[in-house]
Amino acid sequence: MTKPLVSVCDLKIGAVSDAGRKIEIIKGVSFDIAPGEIVALIGESGSGKTTIALSLMGHTRTGCAINGGTIRLGDHDVTAMSEGQRAQIRGTEVSYVPQSAAAAFNPSQKIMDQVIEIAAIHQLMPRAQAEDKAIELFRALALPDAQTIGSRYPHQVSGGQLQRLSAAMALIGDPKLVIFDEPTTALDVTTQIEVLRAFRSVMQKGAIAGVYVSHDLAVVAQIADRIVVLKGGEIQEVGTAEQILKSPSHPYTQQLLQAFDPVPHVPVSFAKSERFPPILQVSDLCAGYGPVKNSAPAAKILKNVNFTLERGKNLGVIGESGSGKSTLARAISGILPPYRGHVMVDGYEQPGALAQRTKEQLRRAQIVFQLADTALNPAQSVGAILGRPLTFYHGMTGRAREARVIELLDMVRLPAAIRHRLPSELSGGQKQRINLARALAADPVLILCDEITSALDTVVAAAIIDLLKELQRELQLSYLFISHDLSTVEAICDDVLVMYKGEVVEALPAHQMSRDATHPYSRLLVSSVPKLDTGWLSGLEQDPELVARFANR
Amino acid sequence: MILSRMPWFLIAQRLGIALLTLIVVSFAVFFATELLPGDVAEILLGQAATPEAVAGLRDAMGLDQPALSRFIGWLIGLLGGDFGTSYVNNMPVAELIGGRLVNSLKLAGLTTLLAVPVALTLGISAAMWRNSIFDRIISMLTISVISVPEFMVATLSVLIFAVWLDWLPALSFGVNVDSWSAILRAYAMPVITLGFVVSAQMIRMTRAAVIETINTPYVEMALLKGASRSRMVLRHALPNALGPIANAVALSLSYLVGGVIIVETIFNYPGVAKLMLDAVSTRDLPLIQSCAMIFCVSYLLLITLADLVAILSNPRLR
Repeated sequence: MTKPLVSVCDLKIGAVSDAGRKIEIIKGVSFDIAPGEIVALIGESGSGKTTIALSLMGHTRTGCAINGGTIRLGDHDVTAMSEGQRAQIRGTEVSYVPQSAAAAFNPSQKIMDQVIEIAAIHQLMPRAQAEDKAIELFRALALPDAQTIGSRYPHQVSGGQLQRLSAAMALIGDPKLVIFDEPTTALDVTTQIEVLRAFRSVMQKGAIAGVYVSHDLAVVAQIADRIVVLKGGEIQEVGTAEQILKSPSHPYTQQLLQAFDPVPHVPVSFAKSERFPPILQVSDLCAGYGPVKNSAPAAKILKNVNFTLERGKNLGVIGESGSGKSTLARAISGILPPYRGHVMVDGYEQPGALAQRTKEQLRRAQIVFQLADTALNPAQSVGAILGRPLTFYHGMTGRAREARVIELLDMVRLPAAIRHRLPSELSGGQKQRINLARALAADPVLILCDEITSALDTVVAAAIIDLLKELQRELQLSYLFISHDLSTVEAICDDVLVMYKGEVVEALPAHQMSRDATHPYSRLLVSSVPKLDTGWLSGLEQDPELVARFANR
Repeated sequence: MILSRMPWFLIAQRLGIALLTLIVVSFAVFFATELLPGDVAEILLGQAATPEAVAGLRDAMGLDQPALSRFIGWLIGLLGGDFGTSYVNNMPVAELIGGRLVNSLKLAGLTTLLAVPVALTLGISAAMWRNSIFDRIISMLTISVISVPEFMVATLSVLIFAVWLDWLPALSFGVNVDSWSAILRAYAMPVITLGFVVSAQMIRMTRAAVIETINTPYVEMALLKGASRSRMVLRHALPNALGPIANAVALSLSYLVGGVIIVETIFNYPGVAKLMLDAVSTRDLPLIQSCAMIFCVSYLLLITLADLVAILSNPRLR
C-alpha cells in the first residue's frame, strides 16, 4: 500500500465551556486518507465531524484546542507547526469548501478577487494567469458565463453557483486535500445534483484527496470511497461506502440507515360524522409582499391556491426554496394577510389579518415554526412559554395552568421538571417538542408545520414524526405539513401538493407520489432525491430541457 | 437598472432627511430661545427704565411682532447668510461669530487630525490581537479615560505641564504665536485633552465593529485560505466594518464643535462654545440662535457624511 496522504493518530480536541469547565470534544480519533481518496465523516450534529475536518488544516474554532495526538499531512506534522507555518500550507496543500458559501464569501469584494486570493497570498502565479485558471475551473464546475461571472458580487449569483464558486476558490492553489464541510446541505435537491456532479468530476480529474463532512448518508454514498461514522467524538465504524450501506455492523450506523427507510403512513380514522365540514378549505388564495398598489402587492408570491384538507387527514406541501410554501403557511395563519381569496377553518371563514380574528378563530389554527431556537424566547422558562397561550386562550392561572403545562409536556414526551429550564439548556429535538407543545396549548384543530424537522438530525426528526402521529390519534388533529424533503412528507401525509413559483402544480396521494407524479416539475423533484446507492448519481439521467426549465441553479 | 439607480435614490433620500431635520431643528431652536425667561428690552435698559422706554425699544427691535413671523423672517435671513444683529452690542452676528468659528474649527481640525488616525489604529489593532495583553491595556485605558470627566483631565494637565513642569503655557490664547514651535506649544494642551476624550469612544466602537466582522464565516474563510492575521483583518473584516466605524467617528467628532465649552473655558480659548455661553448670560437671542444652528449643522453634516460612507461602502446598495 502507498504511503497515506493524511494520517490522523489518536487526535484529542478539547474545549472550555462558558462556565470554565473543560470538555473533551474529540476523544482519540485515528484514520488515514490515501492520495486521491475521498473519505466521508458522517454523524449527527455535535459528533465532532467539522471539528476533525478543520483540525486537518491546523485550525480550531475559538475556545477549542488540540490537546493530543498527531495529524500528518504529506510531509508536514500539522500539530507541531506554528501558526505562520500552518498559514503556508492552507490553500496550497489543503483547502476548504464551507457549508454556506453565501456566508463564506466576503460581501464587499468581487468574486474573482476572492477566488484567486489564495494565489495572491502564496504568490503562486501572476494575476492574469490565476484569472485564466479560475475561468477554466468555472468551466470545469459547469458554471454559466464562466468568462464574466467573476466580475460579479456574491449577492448577484445563486446559492448553487456560489457553492461551486467556493469549490473553485478551494482548487485554485492545486491542493492535495480538499475539505468539504456539508457543502450541499443548504441547497435544494435539484441544485444539489449539479453541485455534487461538478465536485466529483473535478476531484476525479485532478486525483485530489478529499474529506467530505455530512450528515446525509445518501449524499455521501455518491461521492465518498470510504465512510467514517462518528458519534460523540469517537469513531463508531469505518468501511467502504458499499460496506457501510449494505452491511453496517455498528448499531448506530444501522439506526442511521433505518431512519432513511420511509415508514409508510397509515391514515388514521376518526369517528366520522357527515355534518362536519373540511378542517381547512383554501380558495383562490393570493398573497405577496411589498407596497400595495391597486389592491395587489408589488411582489406577488401565491397565485390562486386552492385545496381542501379533510378532518383527520394530513396534507403535505413540497417545493424548493422560493416556491411559496412558507408564504402559504403565513397567509393561512394570518401573519401575512392575503390580498385575495378565502380561508375556511373548521367550516368558519377566517378574516385575513391576525388583528381581525377573534381568540376563538386564532385558537383553531396554530403554527409551528422551523427553528425552535428563534421561535422560543431565550429569556423565558419553558413553563412561562407554555403558560402564556394557556392564559391567553383559556384564562388559566396558578395551579390549573401549572397542571396543564405538565400535561402538555407529557404529551410531547418530556419530563415535568423541564418546565423550570430555559430553552438554551435543551437539545434541538427537545426545543422542537416545546415548540410543538406551545401550539398544542391552544387546543387547535389544525396545526401548520413549517419545515419543523428540517433543522434536526435524521434520528431525532424521525422521532418527532412519530410523536406527531401519536398526537394526531390522541387529539384528533390535522396537519398541514410543509417540507422540502419528500421522504418526510411520505412518512406523515395522506396527500401532497407540489408547489412551484407560488402555484400548486400538482396534487396527489402521498404514497403514489414517486410513482404517479405527472407534472414535469414533480417528476424532476422526485428523481432528484438521492438514494442509498453508490451508483445512483452516475446512473441518474434527467431530461436537460426539464432541468433548464425548472431547476433554479 | 434598479441596482445602479439604487444608491442615488438612497443618497437623495438621506440628504432630504437631513434637510428636513435641519428645518425642524431651526424651529425648535428659535422657539426654545423664545421661552428663555427675561425680556431683552428690560435687561438692556436696566431697572430704572420707564415702561414707555421699554415699549419703544421693543417696537424698535421688532419684538412685538408675532413669534411665527419673526421665525420666518429669521429663517429667510439665515438662507441669505444674514444671521441678524446682536441685541447687546448691535454688531452683525456673522461678524461676532466669524473669528470665533475659525478658532473653534482650528481646534477641532487639529484634534481630528491627531485623534482619528491614532484611535482607528489602536481600535483596529486591539481587535486584531483580541484578548492579548495589548488589547487589555487599551481597554483599561479607554475605560478610565471615558470615566474621568474632561475638566479633570484639563485641570490636571494644566497643573502638571504648566504649573509644575512649566513646559507649556497655561493659556493657549494671547501668547505669542510667531513661530511653529510656539503654535504647537499653544495648542498642545487643549488638543491633547480633547483628543483623549474623543478617541476613547472611537477606539472602543472601532474595536467592537471590527471584532463583529472578524466573527463572520467569510473572515474565517480568509484564515483558511492561508491569509495572515493582518490581511484577514485589513482586507476582509475592515471594509465590512466601515459603516459602523464611520458613524462612531462622526459621533465622536460632532462633540468637538459644540461640547468643548469646558475645555475652551479652562484654557481661555475664544471659540464658538464660549461665545454662546456669554450670549446666554446677556440674553442675546440672535447670537444664541446662530450658535445653536452652527452646532446643529456641523452635527448633521458629520452624521450625514457617515451615512453616505456606509451606503457607498456596501456593494449591495452600490
